[in-house]
Amino acid sequence: MSTDVTDKPPAPAPPGKGGGPASGGGLLQLMLNGLRRNMRQYGMLIALGLIVVLFQVWTGGDLLLPRNVSNLVLQNSYILILAIGMMLVIIAGHIDLSVGSLTAFVGAFAAVLTVQHSLPWPVAVVLCLLVGALAGSVQGFLIAYLGIPSFIVTLAGMLLFRGLTEIFLQGQTLGPFPDGLQKLGNGFLPEVGPNTNYHNLTLLLGLLLLAFVVSQEVRDRRRQQEFSLDVLPRNAFLLKLVAIAAAILAVTMLLASYQGAPIILIVLGVLVVGYGYVMRNAVFGRHIYAIGGNLPAAKLSGVKDKKVTFLVFLNMGVLAALAGMVVAARLNAASPKAGLNFELEAIASSFIGGASMSGGVGTVLGAIIGGLVLGVLNNGMNLLSVGTDWQQVIKGLALLAAVGFDVWNKRKSGS
Amino acid sequence: MAGPVLEMRSIVKTFPGVTALSDVTLTVRQGEVHAICGENGAGKSTLMKVLSGVHPHGTYEGDILFEGDLCAFKDIRASEQHGIVIIHQELALVPFLSLAENIFLGNEHSSRGLINWNETLRHASELLRRVGLTDHPETRISDIGVGKQQLVEIAKALSKRVKLLILDEPTAALNDEDSAKLLDLILELKKQGITSIIISHKLNEIRRVADSVTILRDGRSIETLDVAAPETTEDRIISGMVGRDLDNRFPDRTPYEGEPDAAPALEIRNWTVHHPIDQQRKVVDDVSVNVRRGEIVGIAGLMGAGRTELAMSVFGRTYGRHAGGTVLKDGTEIRTRTVPEAVAHGIAYVTEDRKHYGLNLIDTINRNISLTALAKVAKRGVVDEHEERQVAERFRRSMNIKAPTVFEPVGKLSGGNQQKVVLSKWIFAGPDVLILDEPTRGIDVGAKYEIYTVIDQLAAEGKAVVFISSELPELLGMCDRIYTMAAGRLTGEVPRAEATQEVLMRQMTKDKEVTR
Repeated sequence: MSTDVTDKPPAPAPPGKGGGPASGGGLLQLMLNGLRRNMRQYGMLIALGLIVVLFQVWTGGDLLLPRNVSNLVLQNSYILILAIGMMLVIIAGHIDLSVGSLTAFVGAFAAVLTVQHSLPWPVAVVLCLLVGALAGSVQGFLIAYLGIPSFIVTLAGMLLFRGLTEIFLQGQTLGPFPDGLQKLGNGFLPEVGPNTNYHNLTLLLGLLLLAFVVSQEVRDRRRQQEFSLDVLPRNAFLLKLVAIAAAILAVTMLLASYQGAPIILIVLGVLVVGYGYVMRNAVFGRHIYAIGGNLPAAKLSGVKDKKVTFLVFLNMGVLAALAGMVVAARLNAASPKAGLNFELEAIASSFIGGASMSGGVGTVLGAIIGGLVLGVLNNGMNLLSVGTDWQQVIKGLALLAAVGFDVWNKRKSGS
Repeated sequence: MAGPVLEMRSIVKTFPGVTALSDVTLTVRQGEVHAICGENGAGKSTLMKVLSGVHPHGTYEGDILFEGDLCAFKDIRASEQHGIVIIHQELALVPFLSLAENIFLGNEHSSRGLINWNETLRHASELLRRVGLTDHPETRISDIGVGKQQLVEIAKALSKRVKLLILDEPTAALNDEDSAKLLDLILELKKQGITSIIISHKLNEIRRVADSVTILRDGRSIETLDVAAPETTEDRIISGMVGRDLDNRFPDRTPYEGEPDAAPALEIRNWTVHHPIDQQRKVVDDVSVNVRRGEIVGIAGLMGAGRTELAMSVFGRTYGRHAGGTVLKDGTEIRTRTVPEAVAHGIAYVTEDRKHYGLNLIDTINRNISLTALAKVAKRGVVDEHEERQVAERFRRSMNIKAPTVFEPVGKLSGGNQQKVVLSKWIFAGPDVLILDEPTRGIDVGAKYEIYTVIDQLAAEGKAVVFISSELPELLGMCDRIYTMAAGRLTGEVPRAEATQEVLMRQMTKDKEVTR
């Protein structure tokens, strides 16, 4: 299957495959160099792969059953959404402890709007996002313009939003939500076309994604060649394409053989691509890295540090609101205890994914990988019926190991 | 006269790429006050760090004899046990602890891990009295002024049974009254038999307290003079500090011959800035300077003269509290209250402290270069990475930045190459006026020449350049006109033709009493 697809992209490569002059040793060297440079990212990716394989074996193949993969996505979507925002906050050199409470608060708000006041759900979604933006911008204002440390402001926010949630719900859970909103947390893409044993739309989207990614890679390589920059030798490039294609296809097939892609996965995909792009290519993203990396230098370079900080927290508020609706929709009820410890999971994801306490370092993809490491650990241990007590112990050790490895690696390369 | 208490023989200290001390010999007699003077970067502080064990034995060459014994201090503690105590320019006090706690920090009166407060307070009071302080020993450090803090440092030194007290520019941050008190105390301690070494470039101070003075220049000890001797005049000391020849270390430059009637590209009028915390202190006091297109104007001054503070307060008010003065660009008044405003008016400030204020060390060369002018390589808020890379490549070639690729983190580059990245960054911003603050600090001679060439080219392209430097030869070699500053005030303006190191140094060491 995968060999089929590698021939598909309009690669400039002539069909003869073995023509690459790059010797095996050179290729290995190149890959090793690349590996060393991106030790953190690849390290975590490899760790994630290992964890998946381990649990796949331990659970007797249950981990990668189509139904469980679907579950994995649904279970972790809100943490991943929060981790994206948290990564930005941490890169900027701050922290946000309030997101767990804020998700609960927004969930409660959504319930009050739709259940008690019967507002149409799209209106409720917009209002919820606005509330998140408001909460984020208040905290952002206090942090950026008044200079109150983010730890304090968001610690206060954590208490405040939790309390407000309980006041809002009067200690009760509130539900059920209208269908439309439920879909955000539990829904799958609708099915179209003839009955194959697979979910057609998911397959189609998977193939589209594959085509997009491959063409993007090819275009990038071509542009780099135009600018006469170093590129991967053809063999290595083809290998990379095959690996990407295999990964995308595997996930697509798994999802398509159950109920199809969850709606939230599409949302998440858009967020990852969008935020990844902003952090990599947009002026705004650059400014976040700059203020986290060296605030005085960024100020003296004319970066509007206060505005950037403000926007980072505003953004976190919006993403927390989105996560809040997803959680509420998934549980089909707003609960005063929703979102407990979510901030810690999001922070842990970011650090496992390569963020640094002092700011300036990290990627959106890293946050996702970090979140998935935690997610797979959770899910795998659930399948093995490990108690939550030991789950926490193991997750704690995973965080320590990831960051410890990072510190060790840095010291080694530093000396 | 008493014999030597301290002898430092042929001290050599090198840092990667830089020789900070090459052959320094220092002899201090028992019971005297010995001054050390020299330009910034002459090696004064490094020498004292070698003496006090900050640079441990084995990291330098040469011998240190204290009270006749050969010493091999492995850290500061070891030198303190011998009675050598150094008081650094930046005071090492914990602001939220009391005077008593600070005095005995790391040296507490205690038994079995518990502090004996009665003994601590009694002893602290006694020490404070000895340095002339009447404050209660439980007062917090943050509640007393800098002048008193300096005295607390000395009390702390006394608690360690100091025999040789080293003071690194002790009066640099003090006002006249506090300075006078401190100098009196040094004389008082001398009577009690304590030998002092005082690093200072205030010549009137040296004349007042010191018995002898050793002059350092370019990491060498030039001579030791007896202060009381009639032939030791200020001129004599100055010529010792600067006495080196200008060799061929600068690109040939056609002096600026623009029309003097044209409005200056940048003019600063009556600029006054107060210290950000101590608002009584004027760090920049009524300074007016200007620079024309195509001109390189130097600002000379010693540590604490207010040059950086002037530049940073003009550049987006990034230092201190503005207390008056205007900035004019091409004859019209402009606002430079924020960095973006200053940049928009075509002003660039290249910091003296590239690591803390100039670069994001964990980020790559290309991203550092593009940061100030990201809009130039971006369309609708999206950075064109390929174009950014090309820009960086262009600077890597034209500035000769030595790095394998432009994706190298700047933290890994040498000082000279880092400086080239900072310069590239600001040249890319496309300014009309560049304020360069110590652009060649801490970089080797080859890289210096390259940077001089770049500065020369910038002026030839019609940019106005303000060149702040502590190295007089480089100012003389590069500038069309040189201002001098001392203690926040402008003390002179010298055209290229009339400028010599002696003239400048005289103006740079002018103190308040002298000018009035």
